[in-house]
Amino acid sequence: MNFTKTIMTTASAALISGAAFAESHMSMEMTIVSWGGAYSNSQLRAYHEPYSAKTGVTILNDDSSSTAVAQLRAMNEANNITWDVVDVEAAPAMQLCDEGLAMEIDPDTMLAAAPDGTPASEDFGDMLVSECFIPQIVYSTTFGYRTDLVGDTPPDNVCAVFDTKTYPGKRSLFSVPINQMEWALLCDGVAKSEIYDVLATEDGQDRALAKLDTIKDDVIWVSSGSDTPQLLADGEVIMGATYNGRLFSLIEEQKQPVAMIWDGQVMDLDGWIIPAGLSPERQARALDYIMFATDTQRLADQAKYISYGPARASSAPLVGKHADLGIDMAPHMPTAPENLSRAFLMNYDFWADYRDDLDAKFQAWLAK
Amino acid sequence: MSEPKIIYSNPFIFTVTSMGIMGGLVGLIFGVANGSGPIGLIFGAFFMVLMSFLVIFLSKNESFVRYSICVFLTLIGFYFVGIIGLFLGLLLGLFSSWFLFWLHLGRYRAKLQPYLSSGQVLWHYTFRVICGIIFLFLITPILVVMPLSFNAQDFFTFTPEMLRFDPDGYSLKHYRDFFTNNEWQRSFKNSLLIAPIATIVSVSLGTLAAIGLSQSHVPFKRAITAVLISPMIVPLIISATGMFFFYSHVGNFLEDTLGLDKNFVGYVKVILAHSVLGIPFVIITVTATLVGFDNSLTRAAANMGADPVKTFFKIQMPLILPGVISGGLFAFITSFDEVVVVMFVGSTNQKTLPWQMFTGLREQISPTILAVATILVVISIALLVTLELLRRRSERLRGLSPG
Amino acid sequence: MISTPSDKILLSADGRPLKQSLSRSLRQQKIRALLLIAPLLIFIFVAFIMPIVSMLSRSVENDLVSQTLPQTVQALQSWDALSGELPSEPVYAAFALDIQNAAKAKVHTKVGLRLNYEKSGIASLFKKTARKAKKWDIQNDGPFKDKLIKVHKGWGEVEVWQTLKTHSPRYTSGYFLNAIDMRKTAEGADFQPEDKTILIKLFQRTLIMSLIITFSCILLGYPVAWLLANLPMRQANLLMILVLLPFWTSLLVRTSAWKVMLQQQGVINDILVQLSLVSDEARLIMINNEIGTIVAMTHILLPFMILPMYSVMQTIPPSYLRAAKSLGATNWTAFWRVYFPQSVPGIGAGSILVFILAIGYYITPEIVGGTKGVFISNRIAYHILKSLNWGLAAALGTILLVAVLVLYWTYDKIVGIDNVKLGG
Repeated sequence: MNFTKTIMTTASAALISGAAFAESHMSMEMTIVSWGGAYSNSQLRAYHEPYSAKTGVTILNDDSSSTAVAQLRAMNEANNITWDVVDVEAAPAMQLCDEGLAMEIDPDTMLAAAPDGTPASEDFGDMLVSECFIPQIVYSTTFGYRTDLVGDTPPDNVCAVFDTKTYPGKRSLFSVPINQMEWALLCDGVAKSEIYDVLATEDGQDRALAKLDTIKDDVIWVSSGSDTPQLLADGEVIMGATYNGRLFSLIEEQKQPVAMIWDGQVMDLDGWIIPAGLSPERQARALDYIMFATDTQRLADQAKYISYGPARASSAPLVGKHADLGIDMAPHMPTAPENLSRAFLMNYDFWADYRDDLDAKFQAWLAK
Repeated sequence: MSEPKIIYSNPFIFTVTSMGIMGGLVGLIFGVANGSGPIGLIFGAFFMVLMSFLVIFLSKNESFVRYSICVFLTLIGFYFVGIIGLFLGLLLGLFSSWFLFWLHLGRYRAKLQPYLSSGQVLWHYTFRVICGIIFLFLITPILVVMPLSFNAQDFFTFTPEMLRFDPDGYSLKHYRDFFTNNEWQRSFKNSLLIAPIATIVSVSLGTLAAIGLSQSHVPFKRAITAVLISPMIVPLIISATGMFFFYSHVGNFLEDTLGLDKNFVGYVKVILAHSVLGIPFVIITVTATLVGFDNSLTRAAANMGADPVKTFFKIQMPLILPGVISGGLFAFITSFDEVVVVMFVGSTNQKTLPWQMFTGLREQISPTILAVATILVVISIALLVTLELLRRRSERLRGLSPG
Repeated sequence: MISTPSDKILLSADGRPLKQSLSRSLRQQKIRALLLIAPLLIFIFVAFIMPIVSMLSRSVENDLVSQTLPQTVQALQSWDALSGELPSEPVYAAFALDIQNAAKAKVHTKVGLRLNYEKSGIASLFKKTARKAKKWDIQNDGPFKDKLIKVHKGWGEVEVWQTLKTHSPRYTSGYFLNAIDMRKTAEGADFQPEDKTILIKLFQRTLIMSLIITFSCILLGYPVAWLLANLPMRQANLLMILVLLPFWTSLLVRTSAWKVMLQQQGVINDILVQLSLVSDEARLIMINNEIGTIVAMTHILLPFMILPMYSVMQTIPPSYLRAAKSLGATNWTAFWRVYFPQSVPGIGAGSILVFILAIGYYITPEIVGGTKGVFISNRIAYHILKSLNWGLAAALGTILLVAVLVLYWTYDKIVGIDNVKLGG
């Protein structure tokens, strides 16, 4: 065991010095694609700025992650790839990998080991869901509600969303099947462990849509993570789904009268991919950046700016206080023990297989 | 100020009734807002009727009466409602005192033809009011955007602090963000680079073609016009995808075969795409100006020995300049406000202002967008004033008297 | 004019027959005009028409299936799709080879996704099969029929093979059929199942809502254009700034401003509640539905209506109205019989502009339209950006474009396209 470790360290040291040697052949400008808003900002402060300071590379930020798959496909077809590193969720990453649009990554040679020498593959563990995907954070999609608009019994359960009697008013949901179908089945009495089995059947899908039908008139459908915070701030909806980091910023930074429902939070991963087909210089630069930006310290640093959990096991103990607010960040992570216990884990394999079918069905249902 | 001409004085019953109706309406609105419509209606009507009587019988000193009405209503408003009441009272005072004399002394006829019947006069003013409401509809968004851009919060919401005119509800932080944030600055510079060049390309090519099109014997005129204005009628998302693939090939050729700089090629692609989109506007406006163009002028110039180039720049160009400029401004704004095509054709280096605004709107709702919009509105007012000055200049050139 | 009766032919100054000389100068004029137009025409043709045509041609292209699964497509030719029986072993063996190659080249998901548009479930079928097939030894592992059916029972369904065969030709009408809520099956064209039909409805909605928007633009634009055309120039130009100002404010900003105005906790509702015209519980829903789209788009497109109307109305002499009245016409008759007919070209020009721009709109309905106020363009954008079904997007775009061209042609026949003016 020790022997392997030594070899690993030597290999990575050799690789690093090799990389240093290759420095002059690398591109000095790179385009990083991400989600925008507070999230891009946290990456800017935790990754981009230190990386630019260290290497002198100019980093251009492009907030196009929400259409990344389509654009990467088009770029690949036109042989005109303008992006160097792309931030995507796990499911699209798997799709990109399947289609050969993302480059395969070997975690143990291309990623930094933990400070104690644990190889990256062990440090990331289960989070490495695809050969092309380098996980960065664990986030969750969950509900926030207006504390002043829900009456005397604030909701504690995700099924409050479907309970229009106790909580009358509009709610916002994403206009995609992922998450909404799971919540619908969960609140229709399906056990957490059986949801994906039920959803795999035609009847189960109809059942989920039928449940959603009961609140269809009370829903404002949104397509991006920024919509629900705005709707909540306006009082336009009484509760709505968005990413937990957005809710954190709404509650703690913007001081809005909003609280979170951790129950039924659906956890998902977000991370990097490198587009396939980059020129050698650009690929070398992208790999160098990834090696830097996903090491233990950097991942922990990001949590200073936004409430998403770092994807490395070794980063978790390093999570400290918010850089500007001084709040202890650990309890605000979706991975905090008390939050985790009520979470719902997304099944990537299921969505990789059924995404297209259910998307078509869901869109037709929405338009009806 | 010269005293407007008094045509005749209305019988007081007309003035009093009209004022009563006006007062009733205002009173109804306030009454409803405070719980009881009918009381407000009666009170408002009664108050205005009383005021009309007093004014008509007691005083001929107009400015004194108008001042007293304003002061009186302002004080009442301040006493009952507070600061907002003060403003509302002042507004109501200004309006009602003006309205009273306007009605009573028949000033509404001062600028109209004397033979119009009362019905026609009434319609004349009703029509103006309708138009006023439509103009209000047109500028509503701007009226909303401007105050919101000073919001102290990060949302598109009128906060209670803002509605109370509390200084804490307002801040300049979104303007600061625009001027200090790299992304905004870079995209602003890109827009300022791309839009003018694209405009020059579409204006120069478009004007030439429009002159060609407006000659009397052009074969396939209709088909050609259809092709030239097609960029306007193809749905943008289709144009965007189509152009993406095509321009990628062009870009690859320029970069790999000719060895041009990647950044430079990126700008060329966006500029070409935007020029195409701006061309229909140039064609439409310039051909419209050329319809009224007197061709004997060019013949006269040719007769006197001017060559075609000289004729064009000395005779034709100055006369069609207003059309060219307004076409150019349309082309400019097309590029300056275009978001779909640039997102496909450009790469991050070419991010323009609308692109930044679009991602800003989609991924992070931030009133910086509104601050930018306010700045742009100010710039467009400047542009429009320029346009107006140019128009007046061209009128002088054509020897037309200003209307 | 010089006339030489003795020759009976008119000669111009240089001694050529006048007819010949005139036709020569006409030809020169034509050439000069064409030379002036040529640079732009070539530019538009290369930089716009070609890209659009190549994009739209995706609506009939379909070489993905035959390229990715060449052996299978060949083997399937001898299979009768309507026989109701599964294909024989050679087809399965050919497929096993093809899918293995495709999986190695990572193109199997693309073809799976392509066929998934036609029959849901094929995408996952391909993914699962490819994962297993990577490890097979094609020479020795046969027979593949049972093996494939064991991997996924989908391979035992005749319908899957029918879909594969139906969509294997290099050119297809399938996307166009999909675009009008039909589908291509082994038996021929057929209607889509109920839960998938939305496109015809969207086309109808786009058409109806564009008409409503055009009509409300006429309604609001006519008085304003009339006022502008009849005011003294200086005042008119000042008011013109009010018309142009919103036109120059970013589309995105205007749309979000309407969001602030129209939403349930928005400015309009707040004022109405303040005035007790509506109760706090019954605030009007004016956004995320048709109303939001109509209001915001009417506002955005109104200048496109006012400007052409204004330039036409400017040319109508006000003395005509006075003349009509002095001849005894009532106000209404004078307007309706004398003024209005002369302003029709302006209405026509404005309407065609507004209507064409409206049916292609995408960003505004996306932001304020919710699910009930979106247009066909939103669907096109969805298929381009999200579902990645570019063929269908191209087919929808082609239909939309043809509709616009027909409209344009009709308009040109009735009014003449030269009458479209934008101020100036």
